[in-house]
Amino acid sequence: MKEVRVEEIVSAVEKLCIEANYDLGSDIMTGFQQALKDERSPLGQEVLARLIENAEIAHQERVPMCQDTGMAVLFVEVGQDLHVVGGSLTEALNEGVRRGYDRGYLRKSVVNDPFERVNTGDNTPAVIHYDIVTGAALRLVVAPKGFGSENMGGLKMCKPSEGLEGALQFVVDTVDQAGGNPCPPIIVGVGVGGTMEKATFLAKKSLLRDVGKHNQVERLAKIEEELLERINRLGIGPQGFGGVTTALAVNLEVYPTHIAGMPVAVNIGCHATRHKEITLQGREG
Amino acid sequence: MSQAIHLETPLTPEKVKGLKVGDNVLISGVIYTGRDAAHKKMVEALEQGEDLPFTMQDQVIYFVGPTPAKEGQVIGSAGPTTSGRMDAYSPKLIAEGLTGMIGKGLRSLEVIEAMKKYGAVYFGAIGGAGALIAKRIVSAEVIAYPELGPEAVRRLVVKDFPVIVIIDHEGNNLYEIGKAQYRRV
Repeated sequence: MKEVRVEEIVSAVEKLCIEANYDLGSDIMTGFQQALKDERSPLGQEVLARLIENAEIAHQERVPMCQDTGMAVLFVEVGQDLHVVGGSLTEALNEGVRRGYDRGYLRKSVVNDPFERVNTGDNTPAVIHYDIVTGAALRLVVAPKGFGSENMGGLKMCKPSEGLEGALQFVVDTVDQAGGNPCPPIIVGVGVGGTMEKATFLAKKSLLRDVGKHNQVERLAKIEEELLERINRLGIGPQGFGGVTTALAVNLEVYPTHIAGMPVAVNIGCHATRHKEITLQGREG
Repeated sequence: MSQAIHLETPLTPEKVKGLKVGDNVLISGVIYTGRDAAHKKMVEALEQGEDLPFTMQDQVIYFVGPTPAKEGQVIGSAGPTTSGRMDAYSPKLIAEGLTGMIGKGLRSLEVIEAMKKYGAVYFGAIGGAGALIAKRIVSAEVIAYPELGPEAVRRLVVKDFPVIVIIDHEGNNLYEIGKAQYRRV
């Protein structure tokens, strides 16, 4: 059976936490450049120019682009033919987060309990989503999530009779009510179908898709385009100061659901939506 | 974009009256930091008749929780946090003499009413531009609640700190005016 050692996992997660916070994805940079051409509001243009400058400073000086370096959300795909040796996989992932947030001078934003609210001091625990896949590799995606945007998401258990329009209107209304809070220009993650938690999971996972890449199903890609257009007609603009660039992208994912329901979840990503990944190949033990 | 207005703190009532919604402002001088947990503590101190970490009169609070400073840095990345979470506390501090707040995002009607009544300004810094903003902070010193870590109250000296007037002392609101100008629904 092929193996991967926990030490390798710890180092990989440490590096991904730091890179995600220092190096903005080239897809979002390209999105900023395009938005700068399309934006009509002078204040909106100014904001976009400063966001580009900010991302360049973060990359060159090796500092976090935003002070909210997030709660670490990890998507982990474990090959069913892979053996993790040397310790617990979950503990290794959390140790990687602990080291990354310490050595990368990232802010520790996690509290021990939602009511007691004592800072854990090392940004653990992470939120970890596991998936078992075929093969003998370990795919790690680290997506630090800031809460300015996280707080503005929403879920509606729509009735099937509300149809596509009901779902779309809920997405647009959620973005409209969020206004400038989630740091527009935003990336809107939308999950429709499944059960309550499946829809919210899909909405979160859709934020991993690069800006500019549409859903591969043409019918769904068209819905993404329509939603983006409707959202950008809201007038919220960069930072909520007014303008035509409220969102850079809408990413929609769907799943089969029950005859009686249509869960619709919206997870908003700020303009610093971060995700870095690596695949560790198992070696012969 | 309009020509920048250079503003020195303290932010006196006369200076407050001179600032209008949408103004592009560069702040220099002393400002203080505080976010959720520090605001809760300050308001509790007020209610118990205890001293605040600093005198509110004519001062500016920046809603921020910076990242740790690397060696050689004054402060880590230091962009604004969402101001709405301070809405429950801000009117009490405005009544104590606070004249300026820097953050991002919407404010409640209660905050805006207090700003109009006592004379205060709400500035927006660019959310998520933490690396850029940190370069305008000349010095930083924790003056209260060190146990709160990133949420401790800091005394900052800033130079040409870039902000926009989002809500002025008459209650004019850039989030409403700006959105209305570009809204097509």
